[in-house]
Amino acid sequence: MSRIWGVLAWFAGIVFFAPVAWMFLTSLHSESDAATNPPSLTAPLTLDGYAEFFDAGAWPPLINSFSASIGSTIIVLLLAIPAAYALSIKPVEKWTDVLFFFLSTKMMPVVAALLPIYLIAQFSGMLDNISFLTLLYCSMNLPIAVWLMRSFLAEVPKEILEAASIDGAGLVTTLRRVVAPIAMPGIAATALICFIFSWNELLFARVLTGVVAGTAPVYLTGFVTSQGLFLAKVCAAAVVVSLPVLIAGFAAQDKLVQGLSLGAVK
Amino acid sequence: MAVITRERSVVDRPPPVPRRDYSKWARRGPLLPALIFLIIVTQLPFVATLVISFMKWNSLDPGSRGFAGFDNYVNVFTDPDLRSSVVNTIVLTASVVLISLVLGLGLALLLDKKFKGRGLVRTMLIAPFLVVPVAAALIWKHVLYNPEYGLFNGILNWLGFDAQPDWISTMPMSAVVLSLVWQWTPFMMLILLAGLQSKPIEPVEAATIDGASSFQIFRYLTFPHLRQYLELGGLLGSIYIVQNFDAVFTITSGGLGTANLPYMIYQTFYQAHEYGEASAAGVIVVAGSIIIATFALRTVSSLFKEEKR
Repeated sequence: MSRIWGVLAWFAGIVFFAPVAWMFLTSLHSESDAATNPPSLTAPLTLDGYAEFFDAGAWPPLINSFSASIGSTIIVLLLAIPAAYALSIKPVEKWTDVLFFFLSTKMMPVVAALLPIYLIAQFSGMLDNISFLTLLYCSMNLPIAVWLMRSFLAEVPKEILEAASIDGAGLVTTLRRVVAPIAMPGIAATALICFIFSWNELLFARVLTGVVAGTAPVYLTGFVTSQGLFLAKVCAAAVVVSLPVLIAGFAAQDKLVQGLSLGAVK
Repeated sequence: MAVITRERSVVDRPPPVPRRDYSKWARRGPLLPALIFLIIVTQLPFVATLVISFMKWNSLDPGSRGFAGFDNYVNVFTDPDLRSSVVNTIVLTASVVLISLVLGLGLALLLDKKFKGRGLVRTMLIAPFLVVPVAAALIWKHVLYNPEYGLFNGILNWLGFDAQPDWISTMPMSAVVLSLVWQWTPFMMLILLAGLQSKPIEPVEAATIDGASSFQIFRYLTFPHLRQYLELGGLLGSIYIVQNFDAVFTITSGGLGTANLPYMIYQTFYQAHEYGEASAAGVIVVAGSIIIATFALRTVSSLFKEEKR
């Protein structure tokens, strides 16, 4: 009986993974081999698709994406860690209400805020500016980061904190020597999840950026309409743009659920 | 009366005021930057949206800007395109959430068993969720659905079928739904798997000893425990998919009757420059989201209380 379950699970895994595997394989084929029907599985491999993708000016959008995602992740951590501290280790009064306020902002559709944000950007001359987008990504990820960091900081045992304070450790020492080592894996996971969300974002980037500050997803929308034989190039582009997320996602695999459910599920 | 009040005020007299305030604010201090930033960036734009939704404002015709009353709302509700986008949003969200919940439940139950290579299968199943959404939509559109050289028709050809359907133009909504189900099933699976693995083992052992069948164990023990995880997956999935823009924008460009509300708002404001109407539609999306969010917050809060206990 258990053998059947194993076979079924493997089958499901292969079915779900097939489009990803096919994307990798096609990205390594020449354009003419990528567009055959029936598909050619064993065609010779080449890096032409990647070469063409990078030659066509893929670097600026990739760099924009990196700076918006990494920049916003750093700012979010700087804001979220103290906030999470004030919601767990030394909680303010009514801290659960504050926590749920953070969560409720994440449940509002961003599309409804799109127009005013566009008008503000236009008014302040920040259209097509990567710093403005970075700031928006901070607001998008801050609630998630606060929730995650709070659940990680709540795991720091009260006894250890008390012991540290009895031994005369000041705030800085406590943070550096007691809290940080326990919270470090949580901070890393939070950073990876914030990075993924910023990296994936399309709607704001599409509306607020143009030729200068366009991000990688915006660059990918250039492939929405067909351009003759271009499957290998599309696949190469999809692989390159997805690679950072695949790496970050697999690295944060254990904490991924916790992040996506906003800390509700361990 | 006066006496009582005075008495109480004496009894409840707070500790010296300045010290107390200081320690309160010392606690609040670290929270304030995040809170203030979030209020400014996320709450004020909604207020602006609400204001603009009552204005007549087309950026191509700035001279005509003025107060419009409820005109924009009337337009939104009488415009057949906008009405169908409401229906599309509901159809898209409900079908993606339900199908991926059912598939995710099946996969989570499979992954909860012991078999060779379980870790690898889990990793393979998560992969679809880690492809950038626009990239995933592009792959489905060009590499899988393409009628001439797409993988689906290639497989049909391989298996000896003559049919070579044009998937996107014959079933546009299903095409979008299928690509999203592929991306969201892993999400549901991860949440439900976490639920399954947090299930206490003793009742199941007791039931097995008492001779309960595996179906009975699922029906009376596993399922009730999983219920709140199913709710959570469904609600979070709804919140994310109601807002979906990437798949609709990429696969059908909002054509063939698949435009949902986010796409419609994007188009009304970005291409038609109807600021007032776009804002009115935005307010309606917010109202809808508040309903889902209320239930979602309740579920999260019940899981949260359980954890704190």
